[in-house]
Amino acid sequence: MPLDASDLGAIWLTFKLASLTTLILLLIGTPIAWWLARTRSWLRGPIGAIVALPLVLPPTVIGFYLLIALGPHGWLGQATQALGLGTVVFSFTGLVIGSVVYSMPFVVQPLQNAFSAIGERPLEVAATLRASPWDCFFSVVLPLARPGFITASILGFAHTVGEFGVVLMIGGNIPDKTRVVSVQIFDHVEAMEYMQAHWLAGAMLVFSFLVLLALYASRRGKPAWS
Amino acid sequence: MSALIQARLQVAFDDFRLDVDLQLPGRGVSALFGHSGSGKTTCLRCLAGLERADQAYIEVNGEVWQDSARQYFMPPHQRPIGYVFQEASLFPHLSVKNNLIFGWRRIAQHQRQVGLEHACELLGISHLLARKPDTLSGGERQRVGIARALLTSPKVLLMDEPLAALDGPRKREILPYLERLHDQLQIPLIYVSHAQDEVARLADHLVLLEQGKVQASGPISQTLARLDLPLALQEDAGVVIEGEVDAHDAAYQLLDLKLPGSDLRLRLTHEALAPGARLRVKVQARDVSLSLADDSRSSILNRLPVRVCALRAGDNPAQMLVSLDADGTALLARVTRYSSDQLGLHEGQQLWAQIKSVALLG
Repeated sequence: MPLDASDLGAIWLTFKLASLTTLILLLIGTPIAWWLARTRSWLRGPIGAIVALPLVLPPTVIGFYLLIALGPHGWLGQATQALGLGTVVFSFTGLVIGSVVYSMPFVVQPLQNAFSAIGERPLEVAATLRASPWDCFFSVVLPLARPGFITASILGFAHTVGEFGVVLMIGGNIPDKTRVVSVQIFDHVEAMEYMQAHWLAGAMLVFSFLVLLALYASRRGKPAWS
Repeated sequence: MSALIQARLQVAFDDFRLDVDLQLPGRGVSALFGHSGSGKTTCLRCLAGLERADQAYIEVNGEVWQDSARQYFMPPHQRPIGYVFQEASLFPHLSVKNNLIFGWRRIAQHQRQVGLEHACELLGISHLLARKPDTLSGGERQRVGIARALLTSPKVLLMDEPLAALDGPRKREILPYLERLHDQLQIPLIYVSHAQDEVARLADHLVLLEQGKVQASGPISQTLARLDLPLALQEDAGVVIEGEVDAHDAAYQLLDLKLPGSDLRLRLTHEALAPGARLRVKVQARDVSLSLADDSRSSILNRLPVRVCALRAGDNPAQMLVSLDADGTALLARVTRYSSDQLGLHEGQQLWAQIKSVALLG
């Protein structure tokens, strides 16, 4: 077996983190994307820019600010302590929070594009056919935006699997708690365990390629972002 | 006219103002007619609640849908309307059948007055139920769209240029279905259009909109004959007459059409029809000539005694437009100014109208 227990633990942890992050992102990203796609408020620009920040910022910058905010003296840390949750830095929960922030644009933007592409008309048609706004969202918007949800899920999941900087900043390197695959590879390389690094890195490469292949194949000629 | 649909609307967009007070009959087809940008679609969208007018009072069959004075606005999904958009806008993820029952499923059982079979039969789409919208032709799609709106058993059916996106043959495919709706259903229909031929075929009541204002509103037979409206100046100006089928001369294939409320008749070449049926014809102003005496030696079949109601100069200074009354039926004639002077045309004058051609609508 080329992968030892700590490698498998890291893979399992990564899978758990990416799944949970994707799920949370679909839940909170959907209303954000819906709002961004439909609002005429001046806040659309600023909020859209904030959501997109992780696309351009170095992960260490996001990780750094999250570490400060979630730490014992940060405003989020104060809040979690007041709620009796303690501080979440260097824990799996902290990792989830960091991943949600970091992968946000990869979920929100495909959803926003999908919602925009639907346009006003189907919603008006649904309204004239007696569908309330909620009814319309579930019976018309969700099915029409399905490709967007698939893209968003795949990108959100894959991007979380690939994160490193944010994890290291706010999660540290605790086996089975915060040591995800990317960190494990880093450890192997640091320890000159090139063979094990090869196996994990190779697995990541194949996984990423397959995910993107599935994504592009399903979009059939359309760019993945549309 | 029982005004069952009342809408006072004031809307201001950046460069457009709509200010109308519509009183529409609670039955038959009312056409909102005007150029693009005249505000007709905005009126329809306000009625449906898709657009929220700044100042509005909308009442249909005694039920208030919007009253801005009381801050009341009934959201579109609660209004008992059917809406047909210019493009059929079928839901692409649903089959034809599921498109059709989308609204039907959402109304209470006791409100379902139009059944799936009936709607399919009316629009001729029973064979399409299992298909997906993207496999339908434009005309089929629009028929499904109309049936889908009908299946909500609406109190008012609103149609926004339902034929504008279709080519000529597709239009001709759908018009008979619209006429069937008009003849067979009790639901009042408000029809937005800028196409005069559609309006002439379908409308009972005509509202003429121009730059956000109502220019005229009344029964189509009277409105088209009004000389004070720009309609009378158009090349194909004329009147629409809905007559009652009477005797048929089989030897000559001539059908008699009784003018409404009168014993006067128009004759047109047509096969026999059931007596009493309503038939709509158009008589164009350029096909009506005037004569001081009846001339039975003429080849012109239709010669009616008429009274001159009004005269006005045409766009072309060589022409005069004359509105006439044939025992209660309005006619329009376009003659040369020369003839007008020769005949000494004046208001109240009795003379004979010779109608060269009567065009069947539909």
